[in-house]
Formats: sequence, structure tokens, C-alpha cells
Amino acid sequence: MPTPMRYIDEYRDPGLARKLLDEIRRKATRRWTIMEICGGQTHSIIRNGIDQLLPDTIELVHGPGCPVCVTPLESIERALAIAAREEVIFTSFGDMLRVPGHAKDLFMVRSTGGDVRIVFSPLDALQIARDNPSKEVVFFAVGFETTAPANAMAVYQAAREGRENFSVLVSQVMVPPAMRVILSSLGNRVQGFLAAGHVCAVMGYEEYEPVAREFHVPIVPTGFEPVDLLAGILKTVELLEEGRAEVVNRYGRVVSREGNPVAREIMAKVFEVIDRPWRGIGLIPDSGLGLREAFARFDAEKKFHASNICARESPLCMSGSVLQGMLKPDGCPAFAKECTPAHPLGATMVSSEGACAAYYNYHTTVL
Amino acid sequence: MTITPTCPTPIMQHETVQMAHGAGGRLSQALMQRVFMPHLSNAFLDLLDDQAKLDLPPGQTAFTTDTYVVSPVFFPGGNIGELAVNGTVNDLAVGGARPLYLSAGFVLEEGLLLAELETIVRSMAEAARRAGVMIVTGDTKVVGKGQCDRIFINTSGIGVIREGVDLSCRNLKAGDSIILSGTVGDHGMAIMTSREGLSFQSRITSDCAALNGMIGSILDELPCAIHAMRDPTRGGVAATLNELASSSSVGIEINEITIPVKPDVRGACELLGIDPLHVANEGKLVVAVAADNAQQALDLIHSFDLGRDAVIIGSVVDDHPDMVVMRTLYGSRRIIDLPLGEQLPRIC
Repeated sequence: MPTPMRYIDEYRDPGLARKLLDEIRRKATRRWTIMEICGGQTHSIIRNGIDQLLPDTIELVHGPGCPVCVTPLESIERALAIAAREEVIFTSFGDMLRVPGHAKDLFMVRSTGGDVRIVFSPLDALQIARDNPSKEVVFFAVGFETTAPANAMAVYQAAREGRENFSVLVSQVMVPPAMRVILSSLGNRVQGFLAAGHVCAVMGYEEYEPVAREFHVPIVPTGFEPVDLLAGILKTVELLEEGRAEVVNRYGRVVSREGNPVAREIMAKVFEVIDRPWRGIGLIPDSGLGLREAFARFDAEKKFHASNICARESPLCMSGSVLQGMLKPDGCPAFAKECTPAHPLGATMVSSEGACAAYYNYHTTVL
Repeated sequence: MTITPTCPTPIMQHETVQMAHGAGGRLSQALMQRVFMPHLSNAFLDLLDDQAKLDLPPGQTAFTTDTYVVSPVFFPGGNIGELAVNGTVNDLAVGGARPLYLSAGFVLEEGLLLAELETIVRSMAEAARRAGVMIVTGDTKVVGKGQCDRIFINTSGIGVIREGVDLSCRNLKAGDSIILSGTVGDHGMAIMTSREGLSFQSRITSDCAALNGMIGSILDELPCAIHAMRDPTRGGVAATLNELASSSSVGIEINEITIPVKPDVRGACELLGIDPLHVANEGKLVVAVAADNAQQALDLIHSFDLGRDAVIIGSVVDDHPDMVVMRTLYGSRRIIDLPLGEQLPRIC
């Protein structure tokens, strides 16, 4: 065995995982359907084969928490148009570069002369703007509540130093409104949630309490390692069996009820809640974030007049049903046929966090 | 004020590579004399002919070529020069050949520091000496600023295949053991963590090394039991195993618990969301060996410094042809697929 790595290996311990699995098997007296919200959790589940190890009584369905997956096609088209401009250095997290628009992706924009750069933080993009005063630097601000604080900070700092050559293309969404949509839909099968640990690290879990009460579902903030996931599943099963619709935290080393007040404050300062379209799902009221009026000059969509660019999805792609837990990736007729990671029809097949990509890359059902 | 008219002679001493260094004139000669010959001089190269005339020992000839464009040019644990020698030596050696002669073609970017070029050439000479090969012919071109990334090197190599050895990625048979000669991902993560834009530092160094010594010993001892060898470079061990499986139309099954990964490499991969099995290596070997001889091969590999962390990571199976499947730490199974193009750090 390699040298143990703190905060990782204790949550990957096969012995501990086995104990939790036994406990889940013992506790589950009937069938339960549980949704893990976050794409990172989906990947860890499929990668480690946790779905294969769970008893038949527990079905995991995969949630909408993949930032790349739910970024609407029109945002991708706008990114491609802006990135192709002569004066622009377009910066993005690596995941977004491979997401195809109608005719091309950001890699192709780069190969035809666009200056497209992968960054690891929006603050790196801001630094590029400082280093290139004659260029317009745009950051693709995609993601859930996890990426919002750093994106807000970059805009806030840019405003404070009066940096006019920096802007963000915002496609920022939030988890609780999507949970409400899933729970309200006619075909809903989800009886309990593993809430996304990193989202809860920022936002806390206070805001999930009304969702749990209103829809009578247990919600368990859960981490990403196998032992974290199994502990989250066990707690959800216990709550379901006892009929308790409560929020119980199982990611205590990272998540508190109030979340991170500093992160929430900077988010609230820069962003306001707006309606957002979700790829595969459609418009969800009050589900996203947009720049406040005071920061409107950092809005790349306005700066480059990109708001009128629209796009249409492939009619074959059923990623909306996948993202809402109504369809397993391998239940889609196009899965691994018309749709593969090399030729994705929808973003759930592109992103390293997408459920379809996870099934395609790791899942032994394709054997 | 009086001006003394002088007739300036052309500057012959430069700190950096000039376009004229590649023009075939005096500066080209100066570059040869000052930078290349002091390190690479040998009986073939000293003749300064347009070609090397070689007498090869008996046996089938192996011939290979590879071009090196690594960025950054200098990385923890090596530089593009030794990479260009070791990489081509390894490509010959994994085919069962004794590497003998190399060519070296340089594309230099105008403005490259001559001192850096000399360091690179010196490393090539040292790497060639260590691997027991000679660089017998070469070429230099200079391109304008911005037309290449400082320096690109192409090396081609010739070797002679050992009698009785038949290594091919089509030779895997069900039951074969798969040996991996050491930790995965060292080279790729050394490169990735030394690139600009990453705000963490690591102590990861490249594993760049010539494998022909170790491979020679294995083949001397077990000429018939070894079915295939590969050095898992780009695409990592995952790509190599997939190539072996599909070329031989067999399945490969590996065990997650056996895969050796250095803690720093693991940490960096965790942070960037990259699978170490997809990360490049430059001094590692994957061996498919008949099961009965696996322990003997492993013991032999262990006797080399380069192979001290070697392990049997799995075996060749009849099931799931063309596919590599890994048994996870938890006893479940997952597919190990080819990486799709560039490794992209994840969002969250």
C-alpha cells in the first residue's frame, strides 16, 4: 500500500466501507431511491463501484449537480463567440473547453487563433488581465455555489482596483431550486438526498431544512470519498426507515449549519438571485446568480453584446431526464451509440462530472 | 567632435541563437564547434559527412523515430535533451532490440540562450553514454522567434533485435502476468506541476531514464517467456494496457491496491482531478510475461534501481476482450478506458 494520505485514506478504508455496507444492508427493510446531488459524488460512486456493492434495496439516482452539464448551450455559444474575438483572452476551467457548441468547442477556437487559456482560479484570470492591459480578459464563471465565492471575489477585486479590461461570462446556478423542481415533477422517484458536500461547505445546510419539511424528504450533506458516501447513504436510509424528514450532516469535517459566512457575504455583495435556464431542464425561477447593477460593467455578455446569441439542443439527447434522476445514462437509446465522450450529444457525456461520462468511462454494465 | 570611420566586422560571439546559426555558413560552423562537438564528438560524427556509414551486427534491425516538444524544456528531474535520448532508446528496447545508433535533429527558436542549448546537448551526451548508444548524425535548423517553443528535438534510433526474442503487442495470452516496473505518473505530474499557472509547488521529479539495461537483462534470462513490453508514456499505463488488450484481442484485469503511486503524485492528481493511470511516465516498463515465469521476471526487475518498486498489477484474461478492467479497493470493478485527449483539471 502507498503511504497513507491524511484526510483521504481514512475515508477510503475498505474495512470501514464493508462495515457501512453491512449496516446499510441490515437497516434497509424495503426499497429506497436516493439521489446524490453532485456530479463529483456520482463519479466517486461509479468509479469505486459503490452502486455494485449496495444491496438491491438501495437505488442511487444521479442528480443535476454537474456545473458543466447544466450550463445552457446558449452560454457555450456565447463563450465561443467571445473567445474568437481578436482582442480577447478567454479563460476558463479546463472542463469547459471540450463542451461542444453547435459547430465547435473552445479547443477549436484556440486552434484557429483564439487566445483560450485554462486557469485554476478566477483570480488567476484577473492576474492575466493585470499582465495584459491591452487585452480584454474574460473568465467563464460557471458553476454552483462552490465556484460563486471565488468568482465574486475576482469581480470585487477588479472593481476595487478599477480594472476595466476584465469581465466574467456568468452561468452560475444554485442547488435548492433544482431540488424543488425534481421533487415537484410528476415522474419523481427520489425519496431522499445526499446533498453536495462542497456546496454545503459554502452555504451551510440551513436552507435545506424548509425543503426537507415541505417535501417530506430526508437530506444528508455528504462528502465524496467512498466512506463518506456510504456514511451518507446509511444515514439517509436510517432517516427514511424512521420516517424522519430531517437534514442531518454527515460531512462534519467540512460543513457547518451556517456554511462559510465570508464566502456568503462576498457572493451576496456581487451577485443577485435571478432566473436561469438549465441545460436539459429549462428555465428555473430564482435558480441562478447574476451580477448586481453595481458590477454590471464586468458582465461579458453586455460588454460584447452576446445576449442575443441563442442555441437549440440535439433532439436525441435526454440529458434533462438524466439530470433529474428519471433516467439512468445507460437507459438512453443514444448512450454509447450516437453519443460517446468523443462525440457527445449532451453535456452529461462531456464533463468529467457528468453521469453519462461516468457510466461510459467506468461502468461495467457496458461489458 | 571627430568621427573615426570604422568598418565593423560581423559579430561572431553570441549569447543567443541567431537565424544565421541555421543558415549553413560560418555561424553554423561556429555553433557546431562551440556547442555540439565538444559533447557529442565520436568517430562517426567527427567525419562531418552528410550521413553515417554503419555496420550492424547480425539480426533483425529495429528502427524508430520520435519528436520531443516538451514544455517546459527544463523540468524537475531532467530536460528535453535526455528525454529525447532516453525516449528513443526505450522505444527500441521495448521491441527487444539493443539500441546502437541515434540521429538528432534540432529545431531551435531564434533567441534561445546558447548556454541553455549547451546544457541540453551535454545532457544528451551523458544520456547516450549511460544508455550505451552513439549519436552518429544530426541536423540543426533555426526558426524565427515565436515559430517554435525554444527547442524541438527529433531523434531516430537503430538497434538490432536479439536472437529468439519475439516481442509484440499482439502476443498477449490469457494467463499472462502484467508487471509494472514502478510508480506511475511521475513524469507527467512533474511537468504539469512545474508549468506556469499552478499555484502549488511539489517535489515531484520526472522518472526519465533509459530502460535498455534492465530490459536486456530480462531478455537475456527469459528470452521466450516475455510476450510484450511497452513503456507507458503519453496516455499513461491506462493507454498502454488498452493498446495491449486491443492488439491481442484479450482482456486485462488489474488490481487497484497493487498500483504504486508516490504520495506527492497522488496528492497532485487528487487536487487536479486526474487519474494517475492516465499520466505519462518516461522511465517505466509494462511487461506481459508467462505466468510461470512472472516471479522470476519480477525478481530480476527488482534487482535494478529502476525496478525496485516493480509489482505484478494484474493478468491477461479471456473475458471482456479489448477491455481493461480494474478491481477496486472495495472489490467492485470498473473499466479503465483510454484518456480522451488532453488531461483537463476539473471544476470542483
